[in-house]
Formats: sequence, C-alpha cells, structure tokens
Amino acid sequence: MTIYILWLRQLKRYARSRTRIIGSLGQPLLFLVALGFGFGPVYAQAGGGNYMQFLAPGVIAMSILFTAVFSGMEIIWDRQFGFLKETLVAPVSRFTIMLGRTLGGATVAVIQGLIVLTLTILIGFRPENWAMLPVAILVMFLISLLFTAMGTAIASKLEDFQGFQLIMNFLVMPLFFLSGALFPLDNVPMALTIISRLDPLSYGVDALRAMLLGTHHFSLMTDFAVLGVVTAFFLALGSYLFSKIQV
Amino acid sequence: MTDQPVIIDVKNLVKKFGDFVAVDGISFEVKAGEIFAFLGPNGAGKTTTIKMLTTLLKPTSGDIRLNGHDPMHDQAAVRRTFGIVFQDPSLDDELTAWENLELHGVLYSVEKKLRRARMEELLKIVELYDRKDDLVKKFSGGMRRRLEIARGLLHHPKILFLDEPTLGLDPQTRNHLWSYVKNLNEKENITVFLTTHYMEEADRMASRIAVIDHGKIVASGSSAELKQKTNTDNLEDAFLAFTGHAIREEEMTKGDNFRAHMRIMRK
Ligand SMILES: Nc1ncnc2c1ncn2[C@@H]1O[C@H](COP(=O)(O)OP(=O)(O)O)[C@@H](O)[C@H]1O
Ligand SMILES: [Mg+2]
Repeated sequence: MTIYILWLRQLKRYARSRTRIIGSLGQPLLFLVALGFGFGPVYAQAGGGNYMQFLAPGVIAMSILFTAVFSGMEIIWDRQFGFLKETLVAPVSRFTIMLGRTLGGATVAVIQGLIVLTLTILIGFRPENWAMLPVAILVMFLISLLFTAMGTAIASKLEDFQGFQLIMNFLVMPLFFLSGALFPLDNVPMALTIISRLDPLSYGVDALRAMLLGTHHFSLMTDFAVLGVVTAFFLALGSYLFSKIQV
Repeated sequence: MTDQPVIIDVKNLVKKFGDFVAVDGISFEVKAGEIFAFLGPNGAGKTTTIKMLTTLLKPTSGDIRLNGHDPMHDQAAVRRTFGIVFQDPSLDDELTAWENLELHGVLYSVEKKLRRARMEELLKIVELYDRKDDLVKKFSGGMRRRLEIARGLLHHPKILFLDEPTLGLDPQTRNHLWSYVKNLNEKENITVFLTTHYMEEADRMASRIAVIDHGKIVASGSSAELKQKTNTDNLEDAFLAFTGHAIREEEMTKGDNFRAHMRIMRK
C-alpha cells in the first residue's frame, strides 16, 4: 500500500505536467527527423539497410534513459520544495520509500518509451515482430528501473540543482551517445568497443533491437544478465544512499 | 503528571555545522503527557534540535532517547513514535490537498475509514474542506500552512512535534488549532513538543517551557516559575531578563509576523 501510493504519486505528477510530456517529445522527434531522414541515404549506400529501422529503438531507449534519470533525480526537487522530509520521517523503511518512488519513476519512463514508440511508427518505423512487443516492454521496464535507480542514487548525494547539469553532460549524454543507440557497434574502433561494453545502456538498446527488429549485437542472455545485475546494483546503492539522507 | 515516565530524554546534545555551534550542549527531559515548549528567537537552535530528535539530522555528540529509543541507531522505532509539523514547507505542490492528506495517512497506516473521517474533520477545522480538490500549488502561504497542520494531526502519535506551527496564521485558526492540540493531549495523553516565539502561546499551552538562546537552554520551568525567578509578571519580561534581549527584534520584516506582533502589542 505504501509502495502503491508513492508509485501513484509519481504517475500523477507526470500526468499533470503536460508541458513536460510535450517538451520531452521534441528531442526524440528531432533525432528521428534529422538523423533518421538525414543519414538514411548515406547509411543505405554504405550497405547498412534502413537507418530509420535501426535508429528507432535507439531513440526509444534514449527517451527512456532521460525520463528515468530525470524521475530518479526528482528527489532534488522534493528536497528543495521540502516534501522529502515528509517521507523521510514516516514510519516506513527508507528502502520501501525508495522502491515506491523508483517503481513510479520507472513506470513513467516506460510510458514515455511507449509514446515515443508510437511516434516512431507514425514517422515510418515498422517493428518486425509485433508478438514480441510484451517482451520489448519488459526490456523498457528494465532499462527504466536501472536508470531511475541510478538517478535516485546520484540525487541522494546532491543538495541542489548545481550538480544537475554536470550529471547531464558528463554522464547521461555519454551513456546515450556511446551506447550504440545511433550507430552499429560492429567494426568500431577498439576504444569505442570497450567503452560501449561498459555502458549498461548498450545492452538495453541491443535487447530492444532484438525484440523490435530481431537483430542484435550481444547475445540476449548477456543483455538480460547485464541489465538485471546492474539494475540490482543501482537499486541497492540507491536505497543505501537514500537511507543516509539528512536534511 | 510527575508519575509519568520520561518520554524524551536529551543529554549534552551538540550540533555543529562546520565551526558554527547551532546546538550547544543542551540537556532536558520531557515526561509523557506533558506539553513542553521551546521558546527562543530565530536561530536559537530549536529546529536543529527537533531535526536531531526526529532522525533527520545526525548529532555531533550527545545522547537522545525517544520513548527509550535512540534516533541514530533505532530509527524505525523512533519514527513510529512521533508525528511532526515542520517549520518549513513540506507539501507536494502537484497534489491536491486531499491527496496530500491521503498519502500521509497511508504512510502512517491510518486505517481507511478512520483516515477519511479525520481528513474531513481536520480539513473543516482548518477551513480548507471546500478547496480539498485543488492543487496545493494554487494555495496561498496561509492555506498551505493550515494544510501542513491538518496533515500533522492526521495520525495520533505518542509524541507530536510542532515547529512554530502557527507562524503567520490568523488568531482564529490559531485558537482552533490550539484547542484541538490541547484536546488531543488530554484525551489521548499525547506528548506535545512545540517551539514558538509567541510568548502568549507558550504561556497558554505549555506545562513546562525551556528558554533557548544561541544554542543553549538558559532557563526552564513552568511559566509561573520563570516569572517568579525573574521577578517579572509576564513571560516577555522574563525572557528579556534571561537573555538580555527581546525575542522578536529581528522579526519585523515579514508582513505576517509584523501583523501578528502588532496584535500582541495591542493586548
Ligand atoms: N544545514 C545548516 N547548515 C549551516 N547552518 C545551519 C544549518 N541549519 C541551521 N543552521 C544554523 O543554525 C542556527 C540554528 O538554526 P535553527 O535551529 O533553524 O534555529 P531556530 O529554529 O531556533 O530558528 C542558525 O544560525 C542557522 O543559520
Ligand atoms: Mg526554527
């Protein structure tokens, strides 16, 4: 019940922030139009096939990443506006609080992912196998959970918005750009191969492509194992750091 | 009252922020069922003390027992014993008044029927019932304050912390609030720990008062004892005698406080 009410809170906050929802569609749309249509011909000439097909899962993963990290980092808002105190003194374990918030944030990110999926379809993306959609949603949920928990962990250590820009530019952006969301990870330079393997989003993007397109770079086992382990790690870290918050 | 057990026990409590000593070795006891007031000017260390008592802040040194538990090591047990109205805002702006209360009630496992009944009753007391479905972000400062108080009273804990609950409220709401609190205290033997810099409130509500200034408790006792010790006939003068300065000197900037102040002056 506690988890449910905190989950519901995140959803209500999301549903009530229309500008945030609409605003957050601008970026994926820009990527799809500029890159999808812009690079499409070059990509096809190079023998890569249909770039829009390749790009769409990457852009879906991108918007999930941003929404999830942002949801996790909403703790900073709650700290600034004071609501955080209300949950911190409640006779409920901080783990429960953190879990409720994180599940709520993750659900929001999945919804955002589904909206962007719809958007990609409107623009011309065609999933190969609709039957895999439920598994694709599961993958979206794993990615969401992972990065919401990561956002929570980071935000537990931040007092105010000062660090936010830093995190966006030096963590979230690299996580996105180096994940193989925009380009295939085959035949890239060694350094990039190594970096992309250290980036958990790579496995999320890969699993998403496997579900929506039937093509993948890593094995599905690897994708799920990495996503599962890293998610568990950030949930544990997030709840530890969350339990240590003082105000 | 004297045969009641000690429910808040604080010894040599210290809190430093860097080099600055906000709470400077205070000790006091509160017995179950008492209404205990911390009386002191802005910056005296009242809120910092409450934060340490309520598991929100780690003391630099000293010892605290709440209902026998240590807020540092047995946080869960401590959090089950108290309720609090914070001095600073702590509502969710994006939720309605009703949703804020509902969330609180669920967090504190107040059973549904009782919860709904109290939500309605409290919203009526603070005169927000007809605005219950409005988002809090549309509320004025005073309305938010009233909602915070209603929320704090939704569950009936062993100890209730009220950190300057009436700051900026009109006299009528203040009266309602204090009679409600007094009633809770008497009927359910709830211990009340309040901070205020309104003399009249400490005078009227508290069975015992600790005067705090610059992080130190400079005097404590019942209102009558404090006046007697200083040979004064009101708490305002007693405070002046203990600390060497008046309590509300620096308070004249905010409109609400100013008006509240003028109201007291006129009496
Ligand atoms: N987090 C903090 N960091 C630094 N100084 C603080 C912090 N919190 C409170 N203080 C300082 O400690 C003193 C006591 O503050 P507070 O307990 O809020 O006083 P009161 O509640 O009696 O008005 C003030 O001088 C305040 O500026
Ligand atoms: Mg204070």
